[in-house]
Amino acid sequence: MSQFDVSAVQADFPILKRPIRGNNRLVYLDSGATSQKPISVLDAEREFYTKHNAAAHRGAHQLAEEATELFEAARGKVAAFIGAKVDEVVFTKSATESINLVAYSFGNAEPGSKFHIKAGDRIVVSEMEHHANLIPWQELAKRTGAELVWLSVTDEGRLDLSNAESIINTKTKVVALTHQSNVLGTINPINEIAKFARKAGAYFVLDACQSVPHYAVDVKTLDVDFIAFSGHKMLGPTGVGVLWGKQELLDEMPPFLTGGSMIETVTMQSATYLPAPKRFEAGVPNMAQAVGLGAAIDYLNRIGLEKIHQHEVELTKACIERLSQIPQLKIVGPTNMELRGGVVSFTIDGVHPHDLGQALDQYGIAVRTGHHCAWPLMKKFKVVATTRASFYLYNDLADVEALVTGVERARDYFLGR
Amino acid sequence: MELDSLYQEVILEHYKRPQNKGLLPNQTVQVHHVNTSCGDEITLNLKLTDGVISEISWDGVGCSISQASTSVVSELLKGKSSEAALSVIDTFQAMLQSKGNDQGDESILEDGVAFAGVAKFPARVKCALLGWMATKDAISQSQALTGNNATKEQR
Repeated sequence: MSQFDVSAVQADFPILKRPIRGNNRLVYLDSGATSQKPISVLDAEREFYTKHNAAAHRGAHQLAEEATELFEAARGKVAAFIGAKVDEVVFTKSATESINLVAYSFGNAEPGSKFHIKAGDRIVVSEMEHHANLIPWQELAKRTGAELVWLSVTDEGRLDLSNAESIINTKTKVVALTHQSNVLGTINPINEIAKFARKAGAYFVLDACQSVPHYAVDVKTLDVDFIAFSGHKMLGPTGVGVLWGKQELLDEMPPFLTGGSMIETVTMQSATYLPAPKRFEAGVPNMAQAVGLGAAIDYLNRIGLEKIHQHEVELTKACIERLSQIPQLKIVGPTNMELRGGVVSFTIDGVHPHDLGQALDQYGIAVRTGHHCAWPLMKKFKVVATTRASFYLYNDLADVEALVTGVERARDYFLGR
Repeated sequence: MELDSLYQEVILEHYKRPQNKGLLPNQTVQVHHVNTSCGDEITLNLKLTDGVISEISWDGVGCSISQASTSVVSELLKGKSSEAALSVIDTFQAMLQSKGNDQGDESILEDGVAFAGVAKFPARVKCALLGWMATKDAISQSQALTGNNATKEQR
């Protein structure tokens, strides 16, 4: 029934073979936080350091040339992966930095610039944002006097779009939304919301951290202006993130981080800046990490995102079905698979997520517990925290079974005594 | 089993039947502490009478470790002078930060020694300390508020 040979995939991830908490099999269900890395990604990073290490874009020697080529080839792979032009791909250290880049760049724009934000303008977010796509906008609103407004979330865990048109009004300069909730698994109808953003003349910033690693995201069909995602959630190394932006916007935006690599000419008193992407890549770049991300993309392409997505849908469906049979358990988020990704959050009456996570850990099951960097969403659902299982290509139905059995054991441990 | 070393019977007892839960009025100070990594939070009222802790009451949400631990500290420190209470808190904190090497002195910590096992779970140390750090904060604030007057009166 599987879309591809999952056991062959598992064999590519050395960490899955290590025993955990004694002699338990590792059941890794925390890919929503960070994914594990296949050996090919580790090899690519190592090979960069052992054979080609030098500062990209500077130096006249062979190593510098090779480092530059490899770094730029990685950019090419990222661009092809999301259907973008090469120069529209900016390497950052994380998705968080990517979003801050846009927020600070807009904040740096002078009056008269189309990016300038001032008192009376509106920034629209949603109640289901990760803190990474909330706090940068809170701060921008604070600095500029703009108003921060948000779309709310329904009890089912979907965006409430009933008043979207009045919220995304003509004062709106930025709409910043997540593609898929890291807590609920909900996939938002981006193009539907984009219509309101277009009508308002607002820029649309999409947090694609939970989508790009799991299913095909094409910036040519997605009607947004910027997307941000991180390498480490898609089999790549930590320390590399991506900002994609429309070329004509990136080329006009003021820089965020300044310094070497991003300048055209410099005098003691002023400087002019290179076009994108270099304008936004000050300093010696994270070359090995970008190369590792390139290798991760090769790996994902070899399996195929469509198959990966189907596989995750199967696992998520099975997980929701099985968990729903536990009487004390409540799923937080949509329970049908329509517009839904491979993240399942839940609570158990009488067992705090932290305690549940602790017990699961003893059985070798790694889940995330807590507020998932989405505190406002927790308040909305009137919970302090949830337990979250998130799936990726190396998970299988045995992992789902292990989770369900583990949850039942943990429940009996805490409620039975 | 490993879990039992963490979840001692005493802890689960306090979790199920927390002591001094429910805020009492007329406190000297009120503090609010949050565990930023998991969202657990407690509000704690402390009443200092002539340098002695006459009441500790609290309310909050959290895991069994943080709830039980707050219950224990609220019971243990009532009737102690603020100085003695701070010293007990230091003893508890040292035990939790010992990585499991310090089993705790039961004559000082009483039910608090049940949390010795938590020291082996780094991610849970903060849970066990939440109520204790809130109490420490409340004592310090109360001392600052009443300290000078109280000292004068005593003299």
